Amino acid sequence: MPDAADLAAVRLTLELATVVTLLLLALGTPVAWWLARSRSPLRHAVGAIVALPLVLPPTVIGFYLLLLLGPNGPVGKLTEALGIGLLPFSFGGLVLASVCYSMPFVVQPLQNAFEAIGPRPLEVAATLRASPWDTFWSVVVPLARPGFLSGAVLGFAHTVGEFGVVLMIGGNIPNKTRVVSVQIYDHVDALEYAQAHWLAGGMLVFSFLVLLALYTLYPQAVRGRR
Amino acid sequence: MKRLAGLLALMAWGAAHADEVQVAVAANFTAPMQKIAAEFEKDTGHKAVLAFGATGKFYAQIVNGAPFEVLLAADDETPAKLDTEHRTVPGTRFTYAIGKLVLWSAKDGYVDNQGQVLKTGDYAHLALANPKTAPYGAAAIETLTKLNLLDRVQPKLVQGENIAQAHQFVSTGNAPLGFVALSQVYRDGKFTSGSGWIVPANLHSPIRQDAVILAKGAANPAAKALEGYLKSNKARDIIRSYGYEL
Repeated sequence: MPDAADLAAVRLTLELATVVTLLLLALGTPVAWWLARSRSPLRHAVGAIVALPLVLPPTVIGFYLLLLLGPNGPVGKLTEALGIGLLPFSFGGLVLASVCYSMPFVVQPLQNAFEAIGPRPLEVAATLRASPWDTFWSVVVPLARPGFLSGAVLGFAHTVGEFGVVLMIGGNIPNKTRVVSVQIYDHVDALEYAQAHWLAGGMLVFSFLVLLALYTLYPQAVRGRR
Repeated sequence: MKRLAGLLALMAWGAAHADEVQVAVAANFTAPMQKIAAEFEKDTGHKAVLAFGATGKFYAQIVNGAPFEVLLAADDETPAKLDTEHRTVPGTRFTYAIGKLVLWSAKDGYVDNQGQVLKTGDYAHLALANPKTAPYGAAAIETLTKLNLLDRVQPKLVQGENIAQAHQFVSTGNAPLGFVALSQVYRDGKFTSGSGWIVPANLHSPIRQDAVILAKGAANPAAKALEGYLKSNKARDIIRSYGYEL
């Protein structure tokens, strides 16, 4: 049976994934909108930077984060100057790392959904005297709902499954950075296979149910078209 | 002249029958083993192919069919376990080094040579290897318990996946202080960088590091040659120069 430490790891993981998903929806929406609508030559570079975590091994991201967020790195020096201290080994550090790592999984579905809307509905709304803000909330968001959903689900699932980055900068601290993926790894290392099965099996069932719900309720989100 | 002829014959024989041996090496022994393997190849012609990592992980891999032929563990329990499970060549288990624990910081002058800095609690994080799977991590916990500091430093502890990662946390400065293996920061009688306190042996159980030839290496002459080489004076001198005891 999963013990208190295992349940704490599950709770921490769900907390992390929720915080990161909400942050990414807030940050990712303007980025995805700009990528979908902009004509600037910069959009290719920005798109490439956003897509980097898709191809980089997590250990590369974790390694560079360890250096950047450490006392000798530019971000580390900034956080120390602001009185926050250092981010590695903290929940905040994991949130920052996860936001970087899961960004493309939220931005790309949103970008696709925004592109699929095309300029017509926006032009029509403008002729009916809707402001850009009003247009966004009344026209764009409802039409892009499958994109929001699949971005949220993918971002959430990807953060739950994160391992390499957490291993590099987490420090395995209970209730702060000991997430489920690390806990399973620990159990296997210590030959505690029964507990590893409980956690791993539980994650598998959870992931399947989430994806099943998404496929059943919003098949168009999965097909990537409106 | 006879000795030279004998050595040449050995080298010729070695070169003619140059074999490879797959060795699993505990992370803390990385640096000395690389040196020993180079000398081993020069002197016998056999090539030792090295894989470094956590002893616990190697055990799981060996049990599931990994192609390792010799294991240099960070503890004495894992080779003994493999012995009782008949996964080794009987009678080949021996202690190749006795590990020393050190409280180390990447900053010069940060750690005094009595380890008093531990008691001040002025540091944000104290790194160590996972005590469940790494003997150096377990020894670190024993030391802290013996010094009655475990409760006080518990909230500051950060665990590395293995001793190499614990060292990484300290060397990048993310943890100002950490318990690492002496061999990672010590050569020929002094620290290669930073400052440290060599933990007295009476504060933790001895870290006996045992080696053993695994069942897969039973028919490999290079495996037997490596085991013999590790017991030679040349190898022992190298091992000692990295801060191990023998």
